[in-house]
Amino acid sequence: MLLIENLHVSVADKPILKGIDLEIKAGEIHAIMGPNGSGKSTLSHVLSGKSGYEITQGSITYQGQDLTDMAPEIRAREGIFLAFQYPVEIPGVSNIYLLKAALNSVRKHHGQPEVDAMDFLTLVKHKVKMLEMDEKFLYRAVNEGFSGGEKKRNEILQMAILEPKLCILDETDSGLDIDALKVVADGVNSLRSENRAFVMITHYQRLLDYIKPDFVHVLAHGQIVKSGGPELALELEEKGYSWVETSQPGVAA
Amino acid sequence: MATESTSRYVAEYEAIVPILPGQNLPWLQQLRKDALEKFSANGFPSPREEEWRYTNVSAIEKKWFAPVLDSVSKPNLQALDANWLKSQRLEDAWSVVLVNGHYSAEYSRLDGLPEGVLIVSMADALEKQPQMVEKYLGQAVNNQEHSFVAFNTAWFTDGILVHVPAKQILAKPIQLLNIVTEADVMATTRNLVIIAESAEAQVIETFVGLGIARDGVYAASLPGTGAANAYLTAAVTEVFVEQNAQLTLYKMQTESEKAYHFGGIYVKQAKDARFSHHNFALGGLLARCDIHADLDQASECTLNGLYLGVKRQHLDNHTRINHLKPRAISREMYKGVLDDRARGVFQGRVIVAEDAQKTDSQMNNRNLLLSDDAEADTKPQLEIYADDVKCGHGVTVGQLDEKSIFYLQSRSVDEETARNMLTFAFANEMVDKIKIRSLHDKVLEQVLVRFPQEGVEKEWL
Repeated sequence: MLLIENLHVSVADKPILKGIDLEIKAGEIHAIMGPNGSGKSTLSHVLSGKSGYEITQGSITYQGQDLTDMAPEIRAREGIFLAFQYPVEIPGVSNIYLLKAALNSVRKHHGQPEVDAMDFLTLVKHKVKMLEMDEKFLYRAVNEGFSGGEKKRNEILQMAILEPKLCILDETDSGLDIDALKVVADGVNSLRSENRAFVMITHYQRLLDYIKPDFVHVLAHGQIVKSGGPELALELEEKGYSWVETSQPGVAA
Repeated sequence: MATESTSRYVAEYEAIVPILPGQNLPWLQQLRKDALEKFSANGFPSPREEEWRYTNVSAIEKKWFAPVLDSVSKPNLQALDANWLKSQRLEDAWSVVLVNGHYSAEYSRLDGLPEGVLIVSMADALEKQPQMVEKYLGQAVNNQEHSFVAFNTAWFTDGILVHVPAKQILAKPIQLLNIVTEADVMATTRNLVIIAESAEAQVIETFVGLGIARDGVYAASLPGTGAANAYLTAAVTEVFVEQNAQLTLYKMQTESEKAYHFGGIYVKQAKDARFSHHNFALGGLLARCDIHADLDQASECTLNGLYLGVKRQHLDNHTRINHLKPRAISREMYKGVLDDRARGVFQGRVIVAEDAQKTDSQMNNRNLLLSDDAEADTKPQLEIYADDVKCGHGVTVGQLDEKSIFYLQSRSVDEETARNMLTFAFANEMVDKIKIRSLHDKVLEQVLVRFPQEGVEKEWL
């Protein structure tokens, strides 16, 4: 589904990612862990098409298409979804309107008719219930005045409605208490399917107790320095990031 | 400064003064005479005056706007199209129509007005209720104010007197629909709105220009229709909200795109009085609106505004809130959206007198610039002479937030739509504060018509 080869990315001429290779297949869950400043968020932004990131070398291929020059909205319509670390407040645009506008533009992109208003409401209410959210949130402005946990649930709600193929969760666990974390994890787990892949970017192992990854990669200094199974996360938790950081060839040299 | 056009206005005044209403009232003649002298000496306001530093009215000075002395026969007013008029009226409101600065009984609809409520033309009031007019006229603003007020005082041809008696709560709003149908004329109206003790009312001032559109049809002077006349509106409304009374006043300024507009609203709030103003500055080539309120003890004043400028529009809003006595509350929020070469001005002053302890005041002005050539000048001022007060102000001038645009894009909304959505949402916050449904829809329609971008959908709101 996603193939990243020798990816080098700079921000304002400063190299951040320095040669990432990663292949993600449908149905898989990958966790990308790493200390602050390792380039985790840069990777999620580059995948979703945020401006200000320059790919200086290498490539990103999604479902056989080169992502480099694809606009963020086209990526979204093609099934890439980024759950933001810091979801943005949009005063004056209601949550339900954005959900509907987003869903309809995805449908239009795939040559499908607009969603029926009643079907849409039924769908949204069902998902809202699953995420233990208050229906009132639908009619409030997007993320405006939401608590940290409410914002994260709202991201998962959008994901549940849009049913993307590649879900990127950027530090979704940060700012969540344990109850909210469970709800969010249940939401994510309910979306697991053989046609869908997840990339979870996280600093801590905590989230991985609830959403079990197939692969764990450790990012340090802009490179993947170690890859393994779920046990790698536990090992990291025990030994700390210094364990992998010092084993990084670029640093040692 | 006195100029050629000032001299011409003064010279022509002699011929016109006998026709102006209230000729038999010496106090009014004196007031008009003083006003003319003040105008004769000063001319129109100059950018050298602090409160006019961002707004140059020399374009008005260079032109001559003829007074309209009769609403129907001169100049040759065409009959207003019934359907058009209907489209301008608010449903379920008492409708007072003024054409070229004169009350029109023919077009007004005042059926079912509760007994004791007075809605009459100023010309009528000066004949039938001269004492009431004398008691209030010039009490909320006088010739000491800048010379547009003096100009209005000298020249006003008519206007409306609204008097809501004590404890009367009006079920329907009152719409003052000001229509200008001719080019190169002045519309000078003087209104008095008096809400007596514990009474409640809602009043809407609508300003609209009519002209001959490209297709030859007489039409509202909306952008793009080609039906724009150049004319000058100089309207002054004095408002008295007595003890524990409440007035919500709306202003929907949708003048022709070539029109000049000065509108002054001067408010006196008695103890525990509540006044809210919602100002939608959408039309006109150069438009200035003054809202001044004097607050007595424990009164509440809310001033909301939205100015939406495109092309070369210049929209100036000037507010002054005088906290004179303790425990009054004022809330102010003005938003501007400026595109093309438009310029928006906000000058807001809050003055807290020594006696006005426990004042609670908040003033905000936010501007969105959509083009590199658009400009916003903002100047909030707090003058505090009391020591136990809670006063704040905030100002922003900026572009759309790139983070918000990216967020919407990441949810599959294309960039242009995202920008339109965010701009519209910014403006709509002010439209949403309108409590009268029919007015809300009309203002929204006007915002949509004037909105610079294509593809804005109502459902976003």
